[in-house]
Amino acid sequence: MKLAGVDEAIVRHRQLVDRARRRRAEMEHRELPRIEIGMATCGLAAGAGATKEAFEEACAVNGLHFSINPVGCLGHCYAEPLVVIHNPGFPPICYHNVTPGKAKALVKAFLQEGDPLYEFVLGAMEENDLIPAVTDFPRFHLEKRVVMERCGVINPEAIDEYLAGGGYSGLLKAIQVSPDAVIEEIIQSGLRGRGGAGFPTGRKWRLARDAGGSHKFIICNADEGDPGAYMDRTLLESNPHQLLEGMVIAAYAIGADRGIVYVRAEYPLAVERMRTAIRQAVEYGLLGKGILGTDLDFECTLFEGSGAFVCGEETALIESLEGKRGMPRHRPPYPVQKGFRSLPTVINNVKTLSSIPHILKHGARWYSGIGSPASPGTAIFSVVGKVVHPGLVEIAMGTTLRTLIFDICGGVPNHRRFKAVQIGGPSGGCLPESFLDTPIDFDSLTKAGAMMGSGGIVVMDEDDCIVDVTRYFLDFTQKESCGKCTFCRIGTLHLLNGLHRMTRGEGRDTDMEMLRTLSEEIKEGSLCGLGKTAPNPVLTTLKYFPEEYEAHVAEKRCPSMRCRALTAFYIDLDLCARGCDACVGSCPVEAIFTTVSRKKAIDQAKCVKCGECVSACPPEYNAVLKVSPPQLAPVVERPKEE
Amino acid sequence: MVRIVVDGREIFVDEGKSLLQGCLDHGIFIPNLCYLEDMEDPPGSCRMCFVEIEGMNQPVVSCKVEPKPDMVVNTSSSELLRLQRTSLRLLLSNHEAKCKACPSNRRCILQELVKRFGVRIRPRRYDHIDREVAEDIEHPLLQIVHSRCILCGKCVHVCQRQYGSPILTYARRGIDTIITAFGDVEAMYALCETCLACVEVCPVSALLLREPSGAIEIPADGSPEATIPCGGATP
Repeated sequence: MKLAGVDEAIVRHRQLVDRARRRRAEMEHRELPRIEIGMATCGLAAGAGATKEAFEEACAVNGLHFSINPVGCLGHCYAEPLVVIHNPGFPPICYHNVTPGKAKALVKAFLQEGDPLYEFVLGAMEENDLIPAVTDFPRFHLEKRVVMERCGVINPEAIDEYLAGGGYSGLLKAIQVSPDAVIEEIIQSGLRGRGGAGFPTGRKWRLARDAGGSHKFIICNADEGDPGAYMDRTLLESNPHQLLEGMVIAAYAIGADRGIVYVRAEYPLAVERMRTAIRQAVEYGLLGKGILGTDLDFECTLFEGSGAFVCGEETALIESLEGKRGMPRHRPPYPVQKGFRSLPTVINNVKTLSSIPHILKHGARWYSGIGSPASPGTAIFSVVGKVVHPGLVEIAMGTTLRTLIFDICGGVPNHRRFKAVQIGGPSGGCLPESFLDTPIDFDSLTKAGAMMGSGGIVVMDEDDCIVDVTRYFLDFTQKESCGKCTFCRIGTLHLLNGLHRMTRGEGRDTDMEMLRTLSEEIKEGSLCGLGKTAPNPVLTTLKYFPEEYEAHVAEKRCPSMRCRALTAFYIDLDLCARGCDACVGSCPVEAIFTTVSRKKAIDQAKCVKCGECVSACPPEYNAVLKVSPPQLAPVVERPKEE
Repeated sequence: MVRIVVDGREIFVDEGKSLLQGCLDHGIFIPNLCYLEDMEDPPGSCRMCFVEIEGMNQPVVSCKVEPKPDMVVNTSSSELLRLQRTSLRLLLSNHEAKCKACPSNRRCILQELVKRFGVRIRPRRYDHIDREVAEDIEHPLLQIVHSRCILCGKCVHVCQRQYGSPILTYARRGIDTIITAFGDVEAMYALCETCLACVEVCPVSALLLREPSGAIEIPADGSPEATIPCGGATP
């Protein structure tokens, strides 16, 4: 069955692309300097707004003509605000951490006088003889960018920029073949859902296509809620049309006539840009009735989520869309059988749908050639925590954790030792150093006890306490539990209370056993994915770091000296300098006093363990030390006041 | 009729009924707290009615299983017992067991399950979690004893069945989840006065009628004595 009006669609798409390319050529032809500023949420938070103003002001003062193009996010969070300057006669140069001051200096030195200010340069965006290219850095060349290829390069609010780069040609390819052939292509590509569970996307579509009914829905799950994960936000903010194109292709394949993008309301910029993108696509005839002149109809709307982590679970998401309280339902029936308004519904993650246009454009064979056989393609991770170069990284599946953390992201800063990595956010697991050579793919991670999850990676060093970090993640899932089923509602609180006790030095001998058995039972007994995965951090840390738990429970000692109740500060009288009182003023509670030898000591009863005195003590003395358990701190008598 | 084998016994259950109902119909006891016979889509939230089905690698809740021909079901393995005991203990750890003061005493489903599973009404394994809920439910006729409530959701279900969009609903999340009433006080008064199915269905006497003497906001034309069924806490 072929779609009517495909020839017409090819002509129309050609016209759209030609017009977009003409517009871009005109802009490039004007020989004016072009400044691209990363204006996604991360860039704006780092001060990209002020940088933009500084550029505008400096150019106005100097009477320069130029154009500013707000682009999305390149994923290099450590270097925000990022600016790329296209100055005629130079290669495009990328500058990092561009403050308003740097912006003014760049306008004067680079745009006016032709000095690229090498000290601020991150690298050139293309190979040249003048400036080392960014691709020389491992952070750039070890990545494999497919979905994020255009992020930070194009203006997300201009559909023309997406079209000029060959946008919507995947859709064009799709409608030239039958829906079944599209599904077959996706099955062949081996694409697995990027939301975390890794269900084969093609199979999901096949089930939805085979489900009867005149109306079907395609829903994009952009309710990203994991602490420390933000790749979906970046994709929405930096390349929304890629997602829309994926949704239209999915709609054509499964026969859906309505689409909904479920974005969490805490992403206001993503919501705004997505709305703009939908409006533009409708104007260009790429959405709505009779897409590109064919008889394909697909309407797409945006729905703002209402701030619950559990709504990322697909059945709870549907409840929320239907205007009910976001509580998960039992599966089966799966949404592909009975979803939104009891109609067949496909729910795919942003990254899954954003991969679709590339698979159609380049073919299933190309896509399955990337990554590992069982998990083809690329994965996007937000690597945060104790790494030198945090940010978004897109890598081919099968890359090892070591490559990701140490080669691409620069390893652990400040000469600290790597301790553990939490993969998959609060539902994932915590892996120790011995797992660094694990390839990152769905099956290897699941085997190790972690999971792919949505792709949040938190790196921890020797200063992080495993028990405390586990408590943090559990605190999150416990608060976000919807309260429906017994195991998740009450069970996770008992786990959390157990961990709380340990970090306070009140751990009981039975607590480790309680954590282990209750975790297993919660995993087995819970209703939805949230409850089933909530104990993962506890189980993996108990398995890989039992000695930390034992130290907390048996010795009341925190090996990383993180848990306040289990540590104490004291001043080494051999190191302390007589007469120095740098620490005294820094103490917020007046716990530091002068001893009879005119050195300083800490009154343990008053100390709140803020650590201010450690920073205040001059580095040549470094006399303030930390111990665990707290009883080890030597007791110094406060001299009697006369 | 579908033929299934439960604990080695062959039974024939109605098509379209859940496995749980099928077993209950034949006098095979499977513990359950949140299930009602007329439920089209049981919530599956109490996590008590676990059974093992041959061919499935994990215990499943029987209220959500449709009986298939020749299904082989086991309702009483040690594995199931362990899960059910934990589920019950967890519920009890969040339930104020002041049985003597409770109208449900001696006909309480929790007491029955405690006896059957041999767990203590105040489980030693888990610390008690108090349910501290400061405010009262904004309902002219009903009051909720949150410390007794086990959040089975039966009241929400019967309310939904009665009115489509329910007056009783869940609020908050996680351990703080409570049952509360939502809507216009006068409308609630008019609707609930003749129904009170929720009070009837509550298995632990957590939903009660307000004492007539209590400070209740009464619409101008009604007199509390005339409209509120008298005295007793449970019907």
